[in-house]
Amino acid sequence: MSQYSWPDPSTRPLLGKRISRVDGPSKSSGRAKYTYDYNPQGLLAGKILRCPYAHARIVSIDTSAAEKMPGVKAVEVIQKPGAEIFWAGDEIVGVAAVDEGTVDDAIRAIKVEYEVLPHFVSDAEPPKNVATDSGPISEDDLQDMEENQVPDDEVIAAIQKRGISFKPTDKDYESMKGMGVEPPVIAALRNAKYVEAPAKPKSAYKKTALQTQGEPDKAFAAAATVSEGVYGIPCIVHCCMESHGSASEWPSDNEMVVHISTQNVSGIAPQMAEPLKIPAGNINVLQQNVGGGFGSKFSADRWDINTANLSKKAGGKPVKNMLDRKAEFEVAGMRPSAYARVKIAADKDGKIVAWDSRSWGTGGVGGGGTPPLPYILEIPNQRKQNTAISTNQGSARAWRAPNHPQAAAITMGAVEDLAAKLKMDPLELIQVNLAIAGPRKDTYKEEFAIADELMGWKKRWHQRGDTTAGNIKRGLGLSMHTWGGRGHNSTQDFSINPDGSVVIKLGTQDLGTGALTIITIVAADTLGIPLDQVKVMYGNNHYPASGGSGGSTTSGGVTSSTRRAAVNARDALFEKVAATLKAKPEELEAIGGQVQVKGDTNRSLAWKDACAKIGAVPLTVQGKNPNKDEPPDLTNSGVGGVQMADVSVDIETGIVRLNKMVAVQDCGLVVDVKTAESQVYGALIMGISYALYEEKILDPVTGRVLNPNFEFYRLAGLSDIGELKVHMMTGKGYDERGVIGLAEPPVVSPGAAISNAVANAIGVRVPFLPLTPQNVLNALDAAGGSHA
Amino acid sequence: MKDDDTRQPETSSGVSRRDFMKISAVTAAVPLVMGTNVVQAAGEEVPIQGPGKVPVTLNVNGKKLGAELEPRVTLLDALRGPFDITGAKRVCDRGACGACTVLMDGKPVYACSVLAIDAQGAKITTIEALTEDGKLSPVMAAFVAHDAQQCGFCTPGFVVATTSFLQKHPKPTAEDVRRGLSGNYCRCGTYNGIRAVALAQAGGEQS
Repeated sequence: MSQYSWPDPSTRPLLGKRISRVDGPSKSSGRAKYTYDYNPQGLLAGKILRCPYAHARIVSIDTSAAEKMPGVKAVEVIQKPGAEIFWAGDEIVGVAAVDEGTVDDAIRAIKVEYEVLPHFVSDAEPPKNVATDSGPISEDDLQDMEENQVPDDEVIAAIQKRGISFKPTDKDYESMKGMGVEPPVIAALRNAKYVEAPAKPKSAYKKTALQTQGEPDKAFAAAATVSEGVYGIPCIVHCCMESHGSASEWPSDNEMVVHISTQNVSGIAPQMAEPLKIPAGNINVLQQNVGGGFGSKFSADRWDINTANLSKKAGGKPVKNMLDRKAEFEVAGMRPSAYARVKIAADKDGKIVAWDSRSWGTGGVGGGGTPPLPYILEIPNQRKQNTAISTNQGSARAWRAPNHPQAAAITMGAVEDLAAKLKMDPLELIQVNLAIAGPRKDTYKEEFAIADELMGWKKRWHQRGDTTAGNIKRGLGLSMHTWGGRGHNSTQDFSINPDGSVVIKLGTQDLGTGALTIITIVAADTLGIPLDQVKVMYGNNHYPASGGSGGSTTSGGVTSSTRRAAVNARDALFEKVAATLKAKPEELEAIGGQVQVKGDTNRSLAWKDACAKIGAVPLTVQGKNPNKDEPPDLTNSGVGGVQMADVSVDIETGIVRLNKMVAVQDCGLVVDVKTAESQVYGALIMGISYALYEEKILDPVTGRVLNPNFEFYRLAGLSDIGELKVHMMTGKGYDERGVIGLAEPPVVSPGAAISNAVANAIGVRVPFLPLTPQNVLNALDAAGGSHA
Repeated sequence: MKDDDTRQPETSSGVSRRDFMKISAVTAAVPLVMGTNVVQAAGEEVPIQGPGKVPVTLNVNGKKLGAELEPRVTLLDALRGPFDITGAKRVCDRGACGACTVLMDGKPVYACSVLAIDAQGAKITTIEALTEDGKLSPVMAAFVAHDAQQCGFCTPGFVVATTSFLQKHPKPTAEDVRRGLSGNYCRCGTYNGIRAVALAQAGGEQS
């Protein structure tokens, strides 16, 4: 058994309480500094000339006029003549100048000639005659699968079945590892047979082999009810308030300092070292606060490398380039679209027996994601096939719970339609099918009972189609979701100073999730001291490494390393003071600002007096999480959550209004109830936003993004959210599982729950999100034109 | 020019929009006549600023701040660049998101949509001046208490907007809040907390 554990619930002065985020005052007063705010003396403005065409070849570039302009300090051609460009907005030339006006003028003075090539930007349903992708896996195919987070077992199966058409070297394997390719995939590549790539024209469609499990044909034939439908979500954009970008400077020819907007402080330098040709150890990565990431800020991007190169060319002077909003929409990531034709069947009791899905979607040139269908439900008989569509647009990036929101919208939409066909309450249908709801089924059961209570579901639910008079129809919908969320690797230095103050150093980041707050809470709770005695230093790659903040791995990761370090430090302190208290170190406890013999307040030292025994220099220890292949102790994997939505739809205008949403969520041990709830509120609001408003629209004629701004790419505002209720699962059954990440799971269900509520209100399914007036009215028209 | 030109109806500002277009045509046709900073347009003498740098003096948080700026520089970029006052954030840069909200003569404006030269003479107040003797203002403290912030990038804009809203609506209803605080975007989804801040600060009705 591990020597580390969370304290007993009866001795947690701070854990699990409702505590305000420790960096709240700096943020609300505007003092908090972000990469965008970095503004040293002599700062140069960087900017990039971007390709206006969705597919083109560069014929010539003439930067001479720009270079001669007064105030221009450096010019770098990023992609040279001859290069093929695959999406509008791709980087061509970078310029640094004394100010933004000058750099804008210089960009306009650059002449680039393009050979415009045919582009393809549609993610409409692929034609029926697309052949299954069966040839060997190319290097590009592998990269696409990894970027699209195709499950490892599917990747391995494809490698084994189809062979590979490239010959990776040991160095390639190393770089794959660095990019997060898991060891079993690398082992499969090492054992793969080499197959010559067939010469064939490039297709925009990559269709997987048909996957079959059980006997779907038999099951559909024998089923009492079969429901068919189309569901899906278009591409949406992260819309971080702080755009991507960085500021670089070179104190010497071989040293670089970069301020960068990132969710991966410890992982940036290794990515920059090779292109900049300096050792990673000579790169100092700094970031105090980050204005949103949501999965899109893990890499040192081409524009960041360009910024560093421009700085070097400008004699090492600081250069800052934060993407403008248009570029942000074009190149800085999006969530892949996913759509599916689904057939789902149940027996006479509502037990789901069969599933068939043909899904498709795009994530840019690399194809699309593979939503895990059917979501959560382990339907015994299934058949499925996915087609990834390669389109000429900036590539997808991880977007909060990659692939899950799409899979939930498709699956839970189909389940709701099945329930409607059975004339069954979907809550009852889910309950009938909990046996196939995977490892978190008991959690869903408890959570649905609470959600029912908070929403008044059983009292208020009606059969599909609100039959009350008038043009406003009201309805209820639900969904459920799961996520892993085990803590990542994290190491930290933990010092107790002789005056009793505590300093923690780790190379992590706080995306607004409250990471800084929960680190502080765990340290103070373990040592029995107030929060303001603990200072957390983070956002610097020279501190011990922590993982990137992705996949909801930070909370479990940083609280684990903090608990370990704090326990180590506390025990080391006990060694120093045991003699004074005439006790053995293991007989001591740190509680209520004292170090004392357990349960004996008469044999105690005030915290400060105890720390005075440390000596002249601070007591420093480390906390280091176990490797991923060891069983977790302070963290865990796997959470469940359920959500319900209540909407009103005006069937004359098609406008959907959110009346109320309920979220019931598990995340293991809740460290801080306040910031945990905020995560869930935030996820609901982001979910309402993508359910009702968001869509990245590409122009089929020009291949450009038509709405690369906040006027025509609509986000939810304060008036759009309705009443929100959040309930965190705590106590027995949850606490003892340890700390599990919370950022992804609650953003999975809103699209499905809201879409289901709209179907329940208006009596027909609006197949695709967002639930805009146009999509709602189209669905009503298709169902017979009833607008009243 | 009057201080509050941008908010006057067209007819009272001295130059109508149609005239302005004529002026633009004049400057485009006769660019950079050195030493000339007044042109005749629509029968009136109209001063021309730029296109090079011109001296700009702004009254920000009670201090006079001067810089040589091109006329195309926005108030937001003047604040964040030469004056290094970075609380107001640049997010959409075209008047849609409110992250750059500052007060101009007490009224909230999107600083990305006001030219620095046009802000001369006005009293500019940024988030930095809303702290009271170095302490959080009641609105700021409420943002912390209600956890009305996550990444925090939209927060300064929201704090300025909320402060101004509450001055105008000391006892807001939930409907007032919905309408009055819809000019700012947040991506992390902190509206629930912001709504609570506005209602609790005013002791108004709870949503």
